[in-house]
Amino acid sequence: MFAFLLRRIVQAALVMLVVASIAFLMFRFLGDPISNLLPEDATVEERADLREKIGLNDPFVVQYGRFITNAAQGDFGQSYRNNRPVSDLLAERFPATAELVLVAASLALALGIPLGIYTALNPRGWISQGLQVVSLLGISVPTFVTGILLILLFSVTLGWLPSFGRGEVVDLGGWTTGFLTLSGLKALILPSIMLALFQMTLIMRLVRAEMLEVLRADYIKFARARGMPNRMLHFKYALKNTLIPVMTIFGLQLGGLIAFAIITETVFQWPGMGFLFIQAVNFSDVPVMAAYLVLVSFLFVVINTIVDLLYHVVDPRLRVEKSTARGV
Amino acid sequence: MSTFMPMLYSAWDSDIAYSFRKSRVAVISTLLLLAMFLAAIFAPHLAPQNPFDIAELSLFDSELPPAWAEGGNPAYLLGTDTQARDVLSSIMYGMRISLVVGFASVILAAVLGVTLGLLGGFLGGIVDAVLMRIADVLLSFPPILVALLINGVLRGALPQSAQADSALIVLILSIGLTNWVQYARTVRGSTMVERRKEYIEAARTLGTGSVAIMVRHILPNVLGPVLVIATINLGMAVLTEATLSFLGVGMPPTQPSLGTLIQIGNEFLFSGIWWVVVFPAVALAVLVLAVNLLGDWLRDALNPKLR
Repeated sequence: MFAFLLRRIVQAALVMLVVASIAFLMFRFLGDPISNLLPEDATVEERADLREKIGLNDPFVVQYGRFITNAAQGDFGQSYRNNRPVSDLLAERFPATAELVLVAASLALALGIPLGIYTALNPRGWISQGLQVVSLLGISVPTFVTGILLILLFSVTLGWLPSFGRGEVVDLGGWTTGFLTLSGLKALILPSIMLALFQMTLIMRLVRAEMLEVLRADYIKFARARGMPNRMLHFKYALKNTLIPVMTIFGLQLGGLIAFAIITETVFQWPGMGFLFIQAVNFSDVPVMAAYLVLVSFLFVVINTIVDLLYHVVDPRLRVEKSTARGV
Repeated sequence: MSTFMPMLYSAWDSDIAYSFRKSRVAVISTLLLLAMFLAAIFAPHLAPQNPFDIAELSLFDSELPPAWAEGGNPAYLLGTDTQARDVLSSIMYGMRISLVVGFASVILAAVLGVTLGLLGGFLGGIVDAVLMRIADVLLSFPPILVALLINGVLRGALPQSAQADSALIVLILSIGLTNWVQYARTVRGSTMVERRKEYIEAARTLGTGSVAIMVRHILPNVLGPVLVIATINLGMAVLTEATLSFLGVGMPPTQPSLGTLIQIGNEFLFSGIWWVVVFPAVALAVLVLAVNLLGDWLRDALNPKLR
């Protein structure tokens, strides 16, 4: 277990190093940092001063080393557009994205798993057939269109829910939360549904496929032959094995949720990191783009590593296999 | 002519054609796609109005609802936007751009992916290792994020003044460079299988060069799955294009694609002119759905295990 943990951490560190290198190359070679940081009428001396000050005259390797050291401490320099430290901008926006993703992920799980079980146990029911059609539609209709339709229905026509922003937020020592006010909670509903919908259909399909597979396994047949009641069979024995692959895919998809939040945040003008990133792409604000890339990759790597470790904790078969056959 | 009819007949009689005729979903989606392709290709001749010709626009006709609604004008079947542009015509012109970007980026991704996959699978060693590591890294990120990053880098590399004119190229590049991985992996896998077969050895014994073996002998045998991936990829590419344009980093409003039209319509959502956003959105969804259904059918039809 310890060796496995160590190997995973080394692997994760390597991926992060590659991503940081890409970020550095973007930072160094994309556009001219000097003309982006200084006003247009800056003199030649001012330019030379700044060039010296932020170390663009140093050897390449020194610059690279400094970039990595700073990045590891969360320092990504100044945003070209806002003239503020990138880390401040990201820290300000992070809670909004985190809460949105958290709510959407819970929603996707809380709805996806029961619906998947239902469709697996009653494959011929009309609800199951309807859900299959809906999930096909859910994959073809772009998420931003779903968002717009939600706004059109619930904000424009019915006027029940807000269509933009986070509502009132409460500041808890640097972490702004929308969980504590009514308007904050109401503002969360539409964006989190939009973000959760695609993941929900995915989880539903996955649970359905896995459950159908597991229900054909020998141990289930055996339990059934012994006269085990269906409820116990389905929920105590089948469900447990169904949920293992669901956990992995969901872990990977959590990263996808963070990326898709870019679109949700644009549709609902949600003041999160994704919105910041889109503005950065639009204005070629390289430091913000680079920092977002590194931060999101870091979250991906952390989530993937945790999922891998959990996998080993949950599934005892893997521990045995790994200790006999290494390096798969 | 004498060879044409039998060819046509054998095509009609083939397995694929049979399974196509049997699949109602495949026939319907093909008809839908054909209709949309034709409407897009011949938009300048078919569209009731040229939405980019200011002479044809009259502000008296702006914000008209669809023809069947109260106050609608039969000349504008799906209504008009705030600039008096006919929504139906805008959709036809927009679909043109969406499809150009979709096809071009699929071709770019396929050519790049097949080439790299062939090289990696045939040469092996360090080339293969490097290519596959790059592919792994790309695959571990959601495609939309990769496309956005490439888009941002390309736009950053261009001078501000050239950005509007090069939007089409930037989009094609960012989507194409994101999607090549799937082709490369598939082609690499089948190349590694093919290159060990006897006919390759025979070709080599005859003195055929590596490039000729790759292009003339291996390539035709690994292309089958590429067609399926390309079809499914077309739907994804059109979606990605629409998403990027919607996010404001794709086609500019002066040359709107379907995504741009939805983005523009979205700004007027609260003024009650719903048709400006809903119809382009429906067109986009139907286009992607039809491509996806056709792709699903093609995958099953070409899979010998499912026959």
